[in-house]
Amino acid sequence: MIDEANKLFSNLTRRFGRQTVMIVGILLVIGVLVLPVIEFQRQAFWVRVIGFTGLYIILGLGLNIVVGFAGLLDLGYVAFYAIGAYTYGLLASGQFGIHLSFWLVLPLAALLAALAGVLLGIPVLRMRGDYLAIVTLGFGEIIRILLNNLRGFTNGSQGVVGIDKPVIFGYVLDSGIHFYYMIFILVAVVAFFSNRLNHSRIGRAWIAIREDEDVAEMMGINTTLYKLLAFGSGALVGGLAGAIFSAWQGSIFPDNFNLFVSINVLSLIIIGGIGSIPGVIVGALALITLPDVLRQFSDYRLLLYGLLLVIMMIARPEGFIPSQRRKLELREEDPQPVTD
Amino acid sequence: MALLEVNDIHTYYGNIHALKGVSLSVEAGEIVSLIGANGAGKTTTLRTISGLLRPRQGSIKFKGEDLASFPAHDLVYKGISMVPEGRGVFSRLTVQENLEMGAYSRKDNIASDLERIFGIFPRLKERRKQVAGTLSGGEQQMLATGRALMSRPSLLLMDEPSMGLAPILVEGIFDTIQEINQEGTTILLVEQNALMALQVASRGYVLQTGEVVLEDTAENLRKNQMVQNAYLGIQ
Repeated sequence: MIDEANKLFSNLTRRFGRQTVMIVGILLVIGVLVLPVIEFQRQAFWVRVIGFTGLYIILGLGLNIVVGFAGLLDLGYVAFYAIGAYTYGLLASGQFGIHLSFWLVLPLAALLAALAGVLLGIPVLRMRGDYLAIVTLGFGEIIRILLNNLRGFTNGSQGVVGIDKPVIFGYVLDSGIHFYYMIFILVAVVAFFSNRLNHSRIGRAWIAIREDEDVAEMMGINTTLYKLLAFGSGALVGGLAGAIFSAWQGSIFPDNFNLFVSINVLSLIIIGGIGSIPGVIVGALALITLPDVLRQFSDYRLLLYGLLLVIMMIARPEGFIPSQRRKLELREEDPQPVTD
Repeated sequence: MALLEVNDIHTYYGNIHALKGVSLSVEAGEIVSLIGANGAGKTTTLRTISGLLRPRQGSIKFKGEDLASFPAHDLVYKGISMVPEGRGVFSRLTVQENLEMGAYSRKDNIASDLERIFGIFPRLKERRKQVAGTLSGGEQQMLATGRALMSRPSLLLMDEPSMGLAPILVEGIFDTIQEINQEGTTILLVEQNALMALQVASRGYVLQTGEVVLEDTAENLRKNQMVQNAYLGIQ
């Protein structure tokens, strides 16, 4: 039995690559373990927790393109989440009396967020490392402050309320379980495309840029273009997550989009293993699901959370499931051949 | 018409006038050496030709075409490839991945080029799966050279290929430079090791504080009193 499982695993690995098999595996495990709980008990609490974990996996996958693949430290990722959320919120609520279909606004929100990503990218392209982090952090805050202060447009801190629920063939998707499934599908889709992107020509260019920008340029890689592409595609994913978030919540407030969202998303990438798609999933389970699971320990929750972070940084700085390449970068002292 | 024609280029780092009107030309099939002391502007000249720095004045023509309007990443498509100073290999990629990265500009099959590079540098074949950062200095130099050749350049710019290498390896590197040249690649070589550089080159330029002070055939330069005193250590 175990032999057969091993054989099956190595066969699958050979055919689809280790990463893909792991991603599918992890998703299946989540599905198998969690779905029955939700299906049979219909516990709103768990639907919420897992739904949120899913949203953070999507955000993690998006930011991972920018930070993990292209190596650009972005601390203002929440801005794109906010842009996606407010795009749907404003175009499908009583705020302006506009009620566009969710399925129409979803791509629009993604597109607007991607555009914002490219617009942010243009001025910050010449910056590297810490400077880039500071400017992006500022950008995230600017968006939140704008949402707070453009009262006529966003209703300020009162937020946008009464946001429409998505409708599919006349059927209103209004319960948590609907969003659970929607998020689950989007996680799979984003994980798939992100994985393809990483192993494409574009992914190669990102690796070269991460390693040495000048040399990448000499190899014929248009570093400007590929960095913008990373910002744009990361932002696009953030926009998708934002639109789903606002449809699910039904109301959004500027405070939903504070700095801690960016930090949480970045932390889950680092804990999971930077640049690794299975890592993002595991990181979200550790940082988003676990604190809710530990809720019964109330005050000790944050203590455990902090302890986990510290232990991780000492024992496994490369994260739970590091990408082979990133592992090399973070454990310089014992280099070993890359085989994937 | 020369393959590469550099005409009176002035390059600045901020307010520092690094190149004060450098002119040089490289004919197809040649090895041309650029020698000079530290800070003479050798690397700056190469970086200006490769588009990583922009001259404020002067022109650079390759195959008769002015390169001024092309960004650095376009030059490899024109047929110029560079082996950067200090090798600049992608240290966390394997040897083979580094070579593949060198062929990024190409969309056709690169299998025969890989074999060609492994033919020139059998050492790289043995280590094709090894991470480049774990190679020795000499091997990294081979890799950087091989990577630059993967784009099938008509002009190869080499920046200090002998830097930091054991003397025994230096000879090997210069042998390969000649070999690559005989296979049809034109080479512009920047070197501090003037002795070796003038042995493989057909012509040479001597650079001093951002200006060309001397240009001649390599043979004449080797016999030149000033060159002997200043760069060859012959009194």
